[in-house]
Amino acid sequence: MTINPDLQGRSYPAAEVYDVGREKIREFARAVKATHPAHFDVDAAKGLGHADLVAPPTFAIIIAQRADAQLIEDPEAGIDFSRVVHADQRFTHHRPIFAGDRLVAELHVDGVRAMGGGAMITTRSEIFALGSGDSREPVTTTTSSILVRGEGQ
Amino acid sequence: MSLSIHELSPGQEIGSRTVEVTRTDLVKYAGASGDFNPIHWNEAFATGVELPGVIAHGMFTMGSAVQLVTDWAGDPAAVVDFQTRFTKPVLVTDTTGTEEPGATIEVSGLIGKLDAEANTARIDLTVVAAGQKVLMKAQAVVKLS
Repeated sequence: MTINPDLQGRSYPAAEVYDVGREKIREFARAVKATHPAHFDVDAAKGLGHADLVAPPTFAIIIAQRADAQLIEDPEAGIDFSRVVHADQRFTHHRPIFAGDRLVAELHVDGVRAMGGGAMITTRSEIFALGSGDSREPVTTTTSSILVRGEGQ
Repeated sequence: MSLSIHELSPGQEIGSRTVEVTRTDLVKYAGASGDFNPIHWNEAFATGVELPGVIAHGMFTMGSAVQLVTDWAGDPAAVVDFQTRFTKPVLVTDTTGTEEPGATIEVSGLIGKLDAEANTARIDLTVVAAGQKVLMKAQAVVKLS
């Protein structure tokens, strides 16, 4: 299996819209054993000055991994998902994610590096909230490196 | 939130937290996150790809570790940046039907750096399972009041 080196610099435009729901924030918060009331109780979130429930700091992984799927499932990429290991992850929040946000993600392939028989691929998702008309607001930048293990690795 | 940069200093501890993990937790995380890679819930599949057994999602470990920072900050919205490297897998044994956890993750944190200009504190987390550091360079940046 060979990773296509031409992937570097490739971008995938924002595709489907992700609607952030209160129950999804609660479900995700429970799943990471988060207990802060701002994830669960609208009044508690409002008490901190927020418009609605606040998503946990790693919630954006849902949207980022949907964007990554475009690359991983791209037959031109040559990535075997069963050999993928998550190497690193970063979230830079330009503002928090709130219930009611309508989010889209643009995916950029920032790096492709051969490693052994496999490759390290670094991707970046720029996540925006859709506003009225054509406006969109930067919400979160996620960067992620995945190691695609070569045979015998 | 009432954290003031003047009351903080590098090296100061922010506390610790223990996260107990079961196979059921991994299934819940798979559903909540949409990451259904079978290495996180199917023993035969995991060992078939040369893993020692079912392992936790790296994002489960990262996501559960940050609660310590959120509690310290008083508001999850104050966490403006969070990053880590995944260095060792967290092996989760099958304890279904018992009260025992399949793995235990120990999280502790201290102030790594203060930035007076940005009015932020960087929290450095130490995350250990089965005696090994499973995350490296696990750093969360908190906006102070």
